[in-house]
Formats: sequence, structure tokens, C-alpha cells
Amino acid sequence: MIIRGRKIVGGRTEGVALVSRDPVSFYGGIDPVTGVVTEPGHAVEGECVTGKVFVFPTGKGSTVGSYVIYRMAKLGTAPAAIVNLETEAILATGCVISDVPLVDRIGEEAFKGLESGMVLKVDADAGTVEVVEG
Amino acid sequence: MTREEEAMLGGEEGPAAAKLLELLVALGEVFGAERLVPVESAHISGVSYKNLGEAGLGWLVEQADLGARARIRATLNPAGMDMEFWREMGVPEEFAEGQRRVLAAFERMGVEPTCTCTPYLAGHVPGFGSQIAWAESSAVCFSNSVIGARTNRESGPTTIASAVTGLAALYGFRLDENRRPGAVVEVEADLDTVMAYSALGYVTGKRLGTTVPYFKGLGSPSLEAKKALGAACATSGGIALWHGEGVTPEAEAMKGHLAGLERLTVTAGDVEEAVARFTGPLDDPIIALGCPHSSLEELGEIAGLVGGRNFGGRLWVFTSRSVYSRAEEAGHVGAIRAAGGRVFRDTCMVVAPLKEMGWTEVATNSFKAGHYMTSMGMRTRMGTIRELLGARQ
Repeated sequence: MIIRGRKIVGGRTEGVALVSRDPVSFYGGIDPVTGVVTEPGHAVEGECVTGKVFVFPTGKGSTVGSYVIYRMAKLGTAPAAIVNLETEAILATGCVISDVPLVDRIGEEAFKGLESGMVLKVDADAGTVEVVEG
Repeated sequence: MTREEEAMLGGEEGPAAAKLLELLVALGEVFGAERLVPVESAHISGVSYKNLGEAGLGWLVEQADLGARARIRATLNPAGMDMEFWREMGVPEEFAEGQRRVLAAFERMGVEPTCTCTPYLAGHVPGFGSQIAWAESSAVCFSNSVIGARTNRESGPTTIASAVTGLAALYGFRLDENRRPGAVVEVEADLDTVMAYSALGYVTGKRLGTTVPYFKGLGSPSLEAKKALGAACATSGGIALWHGEGVTPEAEAMKGHLAGLERLTVTAGDVEEAVARFTGPLDDPIIALGCPHSSLEELGEIAGLVGGRNFGGRLWVFTSRSVYSRAEEAGHVGAIRAAGGRVFRDTCMVVAPLKEMGWTEVATNSFKAGHYMTSMGMRTRMGTIRELLGARQ
């Protein structure tokens, strides 16, 4: 299955999906050193985003979150790619300055169909997400 | 894109400009901008080492290393400390070192180290209708609303990108149609102090979120009242632009767009309730004034009220270097010091490392400061400048 979305930051990658139904704040919500989601009560609290295709509806929180994504990229703890329903400025800024591929507008139906553990191939240049396995 | 923009994106003006333009283009995509637009001024936030940490500092140093240089006038928001008198503030040495490295990176990029949230009081005043790229939510509100310049609520990286490329994506408050009000706010409270305007802003932002308000019944607010109003409504909501009947330059043109808008009333009771939210019993608070940074008039008012008292180092007033030097000449700084008060530049109670400085209780006249200091774990009380300075002998 190939899902069509919108390219925000280009790049191609393949990885295991981590799917959150909650919006994500990188500032205060994720430990940049370990890549683990630390926000209490969050849908994927305790999960590690490192190397994953991180799928969630949208971003939230402080604009400092852009710098957190950058720091994670430098530390090697960043996600391999981010896929959103509708992205926003903090995530877009963080992904551009960190070279993390970012695709959004994949549609509600496709978003519902994605689950953690699936293997996803992201071609952000083409704005597509393909379910390879799962 | 123009030929020049394509060339910049292709790296003809260096790797920093190319990457930073890529950022503006990506944001343009997110917000559906049709093109880029030249901007003539930038005001950059994300300066305090407290918020940036090593991550943000690393990115700033990389930009400077890659040759990022401002091609338009660019000023800086407050840092986490007075760059000269940080020891007197109780800021730890390690923090000071990080903060110095942040400033050094910005200076290499050709950014003026103004370190103030009120650049418009420090000689950086854009023209009416001009396209600018400003961060710092209170300065965004002031420049959009009071000056009539045009900016979205930018972030640290996007303002750096605009400073280096001289461009911004054309969307949001840069376009006429998005500057129209979305709600009419009838003010039925007596607005006799700067704190009252701050409370009005706080109540309005809470109710409206990011909707552009059109205020009726604002009276004749001073510059200080206007900066307090905008700062508060940008804090409790995400307001980037407000219109005030008979007060702001675009209000008259908006009169034809008020029919059918949501209406809300702010009463004296609403203002009192907002003040009461922050009014807890405190033992020995530090009185912190200057959020946004104090104007020369505010420093004069404070100086006039503290005569003959001794605050024992527990009155802190924040301002810009530019205003400070004028206040020093006028004798205001000396008068505040003589009363055991302190006047610091380059920083404020919102971006300084208050916990590391040992603060636990604060009294202020700014709802913006009250909001952020509460979220930093401080017990906070709200009062007018007169109340705060009169309460302590």
C-alpha cells in the first residue's frame, strides 16, 4: 500500500513505525539523550523514537522543540523520518535544520491504518509512505 | 521563486543562506504561501542559554561557522543574564560561559546584541506597513498592532533565516485579509494602571486564543499600557495582532469588517478575578518589574516612588541597555540603587535562571511575567507598581 501525502522536508528512508495518536512536543516531551518519550500519560510514553518512522497527528509546545530535534540528530537519537496528519512550524523547522525527512497530509484513513511495528518506506521527495511489512 | 532566490537556494550565496532559505520555503509550504517576500528587519528570539541549552548553541555556532551573516538590520531578544553584572544576579559561572558563547555566535552573524524584548524602545522601529520578521511574542504584538508593521509569530531559527536571506514566506499576518479582526472586545473595566491593561490582555488571550481582537473602550493607553496589553494577550493566548478603536493605526480601516463578529465583554470583575488568580500570601517576595523591558518613563516612575526607602536588594528592575543609559543620565538608576534596588540590562525574570539564582517568591505588575514565573515554580503575586513599591518599607 502506498500512501500519498505532502513533502515538507525531502529525503528517503525505511524504518519501523512508532505511531502515536497524541500530538508530540519534542521540548519537554522527549529525552534527547535517550530518544525516549517522557511526557506523563502520553500515548507512546516510554517508547524510543530513535531510528523509527515516527507517525503522529501534529506537533505542540514550545518553539525550542526545533532545537531539540537538531540536538537529537547530532546525538544520533532522532527519528529516521516524521509523518504527520498536519504538521506545524516547530516540527517543520526542526526537521529542516536536522535533515529529518518530513511528510504530512497523509489523510485520516491512512493515519488510522498505520500501527507501531509496521515497516514503512518513506520517500519524502515524492511525498509518499509505503507499508512494506505489517 | 525569482532567479536570485533560486540561486541562493542552489548555494550561490553560501551553504548557510541555502539551508536557511530551504527552511523558509518549507514553512511556506506548510502555510500555503505562494511566494517569498523581502523583509527589512529581523528581531531574533531564543537567546537565553536557559532555553537554548547546548542543542541550540550548537546550531547557532554551526550557522556562524557556515558563514551566516545578517543582510538586514537584526536585533536580539534578552539573554539569560546581564552580560556585565551577572555575578551580582547570582547567575552560576557555567551558565554565564554558555551565555557568552551564544552572544559570540550572534555577533559573528552580524546581529546587534541589543538583548531586549523592546527593540522599538532601543531605536529599532520598523515603518508602517513594512514586512519584518520578528520573534518575541510581545514585540510581535507591538510591531503588528501599535506600529502597523507586518510579521507572523516567528521563532529563533526563522528570524535568523530571514536576517540572513532578507526574505520571509508570504502568509498569515503579512496579507491584508488575515489582519482583519475575528472578535469585538467591549471593555467595561476602568483601565487606570499598566497592570489593568496587562490583566485585560491576559483575560482576552485566554478567551480568544489566536483570534485577532478589536477592542472598544480602551481609553487612551500610554505606550507602556500598549506594550503590557500585547505582551499579556500573546502569553495567555497566541495573539499576534490586536486593533484598538481610536488607538491603533489600522483600527479605522477595520470598522467595515466588524459586522457579524463574535462579541465579548471584559468587566471590572474579570480584571479583578485575573489579579486574584496570582495573589497568594507571600512571605518576602522579590519585586520584579520590567516585563516587557521598562521604558524610560517607567524607570522614572519607579525612581520617583522609592525615595527614602530601603528595599535591601529585593527590588529588581529590568530594561534594555539603550533605555538604561538614558535613565542613568536622568538620575533614575541612581535613585533606584540608593533605595536598595537593582537595575539590570540584557535579561529579565522570564529568561533568567531564577531557580539557580535562589528565587522562590516574586511580586510583579506583569501578567506575562506572572504566567511564566508560576510555570517555573515561583509563588507569584500581582500588583500595580504603586502597590508593590508601597507595600514594603
